[in-house]
Amino acid sequence: MTDLDYLKLSKPKKLLYRMGAFFKAIPKKTGHFFANLGKKILRFFKGIGAWFAEVFSTFRDGDWKTRLSYLIMGFGSIARGQWGRGVLFLLFQTVFNVYMFFPDASKSGCFYLAKLSTLGTVETQKINRRTVYGDNSFFILLYGVLTLFFIAAFIYTWYQNIRQNRISEQILKSGHKLKTTKEDVTSLMDEQFHKTLLALPTLGVTVFTILPIIFMILVAFTNFDATHQPPGKLFTWVGWDNFRQLLSTDTESYGGTFRQVLLWTLIWAFFATFLNYFLGMMVAIMINKKGIKLKKVWRTILVMTIAIPQFVSLLYVSKMFAQDGLINAYLMKWGWIQSPIPFWTDPMWARFTVILINVWIGIPYLMLIATGILMNIPADLYESARIDGANAFQMYQKITLPYMLFVTGPYLLTSFTGNINNFNVIFLLSGGKPLSMELSGNAGYTDLLITWLYKMTVNDTNYKLAAVIGILVFVVLAVINLITYNLIPSVKNEEDFQ
Amino acid sequence: MSTMKKVPEADVMTDNKSGVAPESKIEKTRSKSGHERRVNTAVYVVLIVMSVVWLTPFVFLVCQSFRSFLNEGGGMVPYVIPQKGFSLDNYKALFIKGFTAKKYLVNDLTLQEFFDTLDGDETLARDNAEAAALLRSAAEGRDPAKDTISSVMSAVQKDESVGQDKRDAASAFMRTVFSAARNQRFENDFRQDFNGRFIPWWTKTFVIGACFSLAVVALCILLKRLNENSDQLYRFRLLIMLGILIAAYLCYVLTIKQQMGYAPAAAGDYVQLGIIFLLFALFSLLAVNSFLKREGKLLQQIPGYPPETAWDKIKKAPVLFLEFLAMFVVMTCALIPTENSDYVGWYGNTLTIALFTAVIQTVIVLSVSYALSRLRFKGRKLIMNVVLVLGLFPGFLSMITLYFLLKSLGMTGPGAVPGLILIYCASSGMGYYISKGFFDTIPKSLDESARIDGATRFQVFLKIIMPLAKPIVIYTVLMAFMGPWGDYVFASYVAFGNVPTYNVAVGLYQWVNVADYQGYFTLFCAGGVLVAVPITALFLALQKYYVEGVTGGAVKG
Repeated sequence: MTDLDYLKLSKPKKLLYRMGAFFKAIPKKTGHFFANLGKKILRFFKGIGAWFAEVFSTFRDGDWKTRLSYLIMGFGSIARGQWGRGVLFLLFQTVFNVYMFFPDASKSGCFYLAKLSTLGTVETQKINRRTVYGDNSFFILLYGVLTLFFIAAFIYTWYQNIRQNRISEQILKSGHKLKTTKEDVTSLMDEQFHKTLLALPTLGVTVFTILPIIFMILVAFTNFDATHQPPGKLFTWVGWDNFRQLLSTDTESYGGTFRQVLLWTLIWAFFATFLNYFLGMMVAIMINKKGIKLKKVWRTILVMTIAIPQFVSLLYVSKMFAQDGLINAYLMKWGWIQSPIPFWTDPMWARFTVILINVWIGIPYLMLIATGILMNIPADLYESARIDGANAFQMYQKITLPYMLFVTGPYLLTSFTGNINNFNVIFLLSGGKPLSMELSGNAGYTDLLITWLYKMTVNDTNYKLAAVIGILVFVVLAVINLITYNLIPSVKNEEDFQ
Repeated sequence: MSTMKKVPEADVMTDNKSGVAPESKIEKTRSKSGHERRVNTAVYVVLIVMSVVWLTPFVFLVCQSFRSFLNEGGGMVPYVIPQKGFSLDNYKALFIKGFTAKKYLVNDLTLQEFFDTLDGDETLARDNAEAAALLRSAAEGRDPAKDTISSVMSAVQKDESVGQDKRDAASAFMRTVFSAARNQRFENDFRQDFNGRFIPWWTKTFVIGACFSLAVVALCILLKRLNENSDQLYRFRLLIMLGILIAAYLCYVLTIKQQMGYAPAAAGDYVQLGIIFLLFALFSLLAVNSFLKREGKLLQQIPGYPPETAWDKIKKAPVLFLEFLAMFVVMTCALIPTENSDYVGWYGNTLTIALFTAVIQTVIVLSVSYALSRLRFKGRKLIMNVVLVLGLFPGFLSMITLYFLLKSLGMTGPGAVPGLILIYCASSGMGYYISKGFFDTIPKSLDESARIDGATRFQVFLKIIMPLAKPIVIYTVLMAFMGPWGDYVFASYVAFGNVPTYNVAVGLYQWVNVADYQGYFTLFCAGGVLVAVPITALFLALQKYYVEGVTGGAVKG
C-alpha cells in the first residue's frame, strides 16, 4: 500500500491498517531482534576482550606506581599527588574487603555468596529445648544479591582505578599537570556536576528499588511461602514451578483465579481510563463554554475530590454504600427499595459500584487536564467550521476530539497503566470483596492483580506467588506499552503536531 | 490586541452600510441567543447536579463528625441518617490519651459508681427524686463496690409491692444515669488530658518560643545600633544566638518535659530537640540577616532618604516576631510528643514525615530532573531507560525486601517514622518526568550566556534556573507534602502493629475497619475532617501550580 492509498483510508481503517502492520511486522522484527542480539553478543565479547587487553597493556607499559595500584587501589593516584581520588579508591577497597572477609564468617559476603546456590543447608533445630538457628535463606538470598552488586561495583571501580593510572601517565608524559584535589572538588560543581546531582538518587534507587526488584524476581523461582518461613524453615530454588502453578490451564487452582483477576483488571482499567476520559472532557467543555458563569466555583467544587486525601473520602464513601450505610438507609426511608442493595456483596454490583465511584474520583483530573488543552485549540478552527455550517457535535467530533486524543495520547497510556496498578481505589473501597470459594488465594471479585499481590504478601505470606504476580504485571504493562508506543504517533515524536 | 478590537468595528460598519441586513441579523442573533440560553440552562442544571453529587459525601462526613459517639445510646449506630444535634465529643475524644470507645460504652455500673454519678449531678437527682429513693432503698445492704445496679434493678422489677409505673420510671431513670455517667466519665477524662497535658505543653512551648524570638529580635536591633560593621556584628550575633539556643533547649528538655509528668529526658529527646532548634536557628538567622541587611542597605541607597532611626527598626520587629513565631509553631507541631493521645501522635508523625519528605524529595527530584534535562553526559539515555523499565514493576513487589532492609537499620516498628521518610525519599528520583518537562521548556541560551560570563554549572542551576522554576518547585513540594498523608500500605507495613508510630491513614483505617467500627465511625469522621481541612486548604491555595504541573505532565507524557 502506498502512502497515498493510506491517506485515503478513514480513521478507523487507518488504525486497523496500522495494527495489522504492527502484527505483520512482528516476525520480521523478532528476526531483526535476534540478528541484532547476535551482533550485540559479539560486540559484548569483543568489548570484554578489549577490556582485558587494556588491563594487561597498562600493566605491561606502566611504571611501578601503576603496577602497585593493581593490588592497592588508589596507590598510583596518591603517589602522583591526587590524594583525594586515591583515598576514595582506597576507602572503597577497604570497605569491600571488610564486607567480603568479615571476621565473623557467617556474616561475611563470601559466606552468603557460597550459600547462594542452595539458599542454606543447615536447618534450625531444637536441641534440649534450646533453638539452634541454622541458615536463614532470606538473608542468604538478600545479602547474596547485595554481594553480587558489590562485586560488580568493585570490578568497575578497580577498572576505573587502573584507567586513571593510564590516563595520568599519559598526561604526565605529555608534559601537562594533573588535576589537584581542589580542582577535582570544584569540577564536581562544574564539569562533573551531574555526578554530584545524581550520586545520592542513584544510590537510593539502587538499594531501595533495583535490589528489592531483583530479589523478588529471584524469589519467584523459590518456594518461599508460609510453610517455608525463615528463620525456622529453609526455602530453596524450585525453577519455573510457581509460574506453572499460576499459568496452569485448570480452572480449580490458582490458574483459573489468575485468569479471572487478570480479565477483571483489564476491564477495570479500560472503563476507569476511557469512561473518566470522555466524561471528564465533557465536563471541561461544559465548564469552559462561553456564557457559563462561576467557572472557578464549579472547578473548585469538583477539585475537592483531589484535594481531600483519598483515604478519608474513599473510606467514607465505601461505608456510605455499605449494607447498612447511608445510601441504602435513605433509599429505604423514601420507599424506593424494599431490601438493601448489595453494593459490596454481589459481584456485579461491586464491580459496577467501584467503577462508578472511580468516576467520581477521576473526572476532576481529566477536567483539569482537558481545560488546559481546550484553551490551546486554535479558535480559528472553530470559526471556519462555524462558517461552513457545522453544528456543535460535528465540531466536537472533527476538531476537539482528534486534537484532544492526539495531545493526550501519552496521558491515556500512562493513565491506563496507572489504572492497572490502581491500588488505592480498590483497596479502600471494596478491599477486593466479595470473596468467593471459587477463587483461590483469598481473591475476591473486585481484586486487581495488584491488590491480590498485596493480599498474598501481607495476609497469606505467599511470597513466591506474589513475586510471580508482580512479574506478570510487569509483562502485561510492558506488552501494552510496546504496542501503544508503536501505534500512537504522538508518543513517538512529540513535535509532530506543532 | 489591536486586531481583536478592530473586528467588531468592521462588523458594525458593514451592518450600517447594507440597510436590510441588520434586521435579519438581529433576528438571527435573537433566536440564537434563545437557543444558547436553553443550552446554558441545561449546562447549569448538569453542573448543579454534579456539584451536589460531588459535595454530598463531604457534607455528610462533616455532619457525622459532629454527632456524638456517646449519645447514640448503648447501641452506638452513628451510621444511619444524620439527625439534628451538635456536639464536639468526637473531636474531644481525639485528644484523650489511651482512648477506647469501650471505656465509655456504659451499660452497667457498680452501686458505688452509680450513686457517685447521681451525687455529682444535682438536677438529675432532684428531678427524679422518687425513682432515686426507690433505687437507694433497694440497694441498701448490698456491697457498693461489687454489686451492680442492674442486679438491683432486676430485684426491683420482681418486687410486686411497687407499682408498675414506678418500676418503669426507675428503669428509665437508670438509663438516664448511665448516659450521665458516660458523659461525666468522658468529660473528666477529656478535662484531665486536655487541660492537664495538652494545654500546658502547648502554652509553655508557645511562651518559650515567643520569648526566644523576642530576645533574638531585640538583640539584633540593639547590636545593629551599637555596631555598624555588619561582618563582625554577624559573627557576634551568631555566638550570642547559639548561647540563647542552647539555654532555651536545655530549659525545654530538662524542665518542661518533666513538669508535664513525662519520663525524664532521654538521649533521643536531646537529639530530636537539638535538630529542631538548629533548624529554627538557621531559619531565624537567615531571616534576620537578609531582612535587616537588605532593607537597611536598600533604603540607605536612596538619596535623600532619612537615616534609619531606632523607631524604624522597632517597627519592623513585629514582622520578624510573627515570622519566627510561625516558624516555631510549625517546628513544635512536628514535635508533638507521642505521650499524647494516639491520634495526636499519628498526626504528629504524619506531619513530621510530610515535612521532611517535602524538603528531601524536592531536592532529589529537582536535581535529577535538572541533570537529565540540562546536562549531557555518558549514560544519560541509559538512566532514563532503566527508570522507565523499573517504573513498570508494581511498587508493592519490593515491600518485604524494603521491610527487612529497614529492619536491619532499626527503622521498623518504633522507628517507623525515619524509616518511612527514607522509603519515600530513596526512590523519589524516579518521578522526575514532570519537572524535567518543565526544565526542557526553559531556553538553553540562558545557561549558555551565564556560562560565557564565567558561572559554574552549579551557579547556573542555583541562580538562574531555580528562580525561573518556581512553579515546578512549588508543585513538587506540594506533591511530596501531600503524598505521606494518604499512604496506607507502606506505613502500615513498616509500623506493623506499633500503634504510636502509625500515620493518620493507618490509624483511621484501623478505626473504620476494626470489628466494632460503629463505635469508632464518628471518630473516624472527626479525625478525617481534621486531616482534610489543612490539606484541602493548602491544595486549593496552590491549585494553580498543581494544574500547571498536571497539564504539563499529561501533554508531554
